[in-house]
Amino acid sequence: MIELISQNPILAALAALVGLAIVFGALLGFAAEKFKVEGDPIVEQIDELLPQTQCGQCGFPGCRPYAESIANGDEINKCPPGGQSTINAIASLLDIPAPELDAEHGEESEVKTVAYIREDECIGCTKCIQACPVDAIMGAAKFMHTVIADECTGCDLCVEPCPVDCIDMLPVEETIADWRWSIPAKPGLIATDKRGELANQPAKEDAA
Amino acid sequence: MQEFAVILVSSILINNYVLVQFLGLCPFMGVSNKLESAIGMAAATTFVLTLTAMASYVVNALVLEPLGLIYLRTIAFILVIAAVVQFTKMFIEKTSPLLYRVLGVFLPLITTNCAVLGVALQNTSKDLNFMQSSLYGFGAGAGFSLVLIFFSAMRERLAAADVPVSFRGAAIAMITAGLMSLAFMGFSGLV
Repeated sequence: MIELISQNPILAALAALVGLAIVFGALLGFAAEKFKVEGDPIVEQIDELLPQTQCGQCGFPGCRPYAESIANGDEINKCPPGGQSTINAIASLLDIPAPELDAEHGEESEVKTVAYIREDECIGCTKCIQACPVDAIMGAAKFMHTVIADECTGCDLCVEPCPVDCIDMLPVEETIADWRWSIPAKPGLIATDKRGELANQPAKEDAA
Repeated sequence: MQEFAVILVSSILINNYVLVQFLGLCPFMGVSNKLESAIGMAAATTFVLTLTAMASYVVNALVLEPLGLIYLRTIAFILVIAAVVQFTKMFIEKTSPLLYRVLGVFLPLITTNCAVLGVALQNTSKDLNFMQSSLYGFGAGAGFSLVLIFFSAMRERLAAADVPVSFRGAAIAMITAGLMSLAFMGFSGLV
């Protein structure tokens, strides 16, 4: 064997390169198994920041497809339910400047809303059930429907298909569980205020 | 001990791969726009350089020389480098997905970074032993990191500087790199 190799240098060269390739291939195969990445971790992180309303206002079927699209370089300002705070969070995650919310996809609503079906008017057509992205509407054909308020994300998608217009978007009522102190108004003048604020303050009071 | 210090100083400053030997200029220009990505690239390249210096020494000493296949060095080393870069890519993709996104195409392009092949070939032509070659590889990586990070910090400042219109962008970057290279020539008499 050794004699054969020493007499045929081309065989030795072939054997050496093939051997090296096999060794490296085995190492890489082992590493690929060990460092396996499940899905795209960036998509997971973006998806966690999105509000999970699944409302489709961004033009994608849900939050996860939009997260995948952002990971592939789409604009991050297409999510009205998330609003500016979501845009800022994604921008800081991806280390890019935060744009304003794109008005084309809708406006950020001030209050969180929840869908409410006026049950005596409902004709049981199931159209709102098909429209709901999060399966928050219960009911069957020819039977009255109702909304599971805890599951409803307030996305408005069920209002449009209803043939008898019996769905209202009501603001979420405050309960003891989610009541919070309101954010304090801007404090009055303090000694370290900048000159501009000092100068502007009396003018504002005059106008009021 | 003193010998190791000499190798480090020589590979980092005197024979700096980028600014004195002009190897590995592609990532030097390509990834120096932002300081953070430059630091990531510097770390990845240092890792690759050190590993390839070790692996290519082993391949050279245990496979190529006993079989009398020294003429296969370039091909064998390219094989080593490609494997190490692929390994690094997997490692970074797992440990830091954000860095993986930022580096993008420049990560697999470390394979074609001529500094990496340069280190492997110079180690064999200088007849260094295992310890010396791995130190030489690490020193080359540290030197690359040093100038890449300096250069990207300068380019971040340059972005805000008032540069004449015709010199903006790549032109002023080239001039900066040239001036840095001139400065590094000053180290040539150090050892």
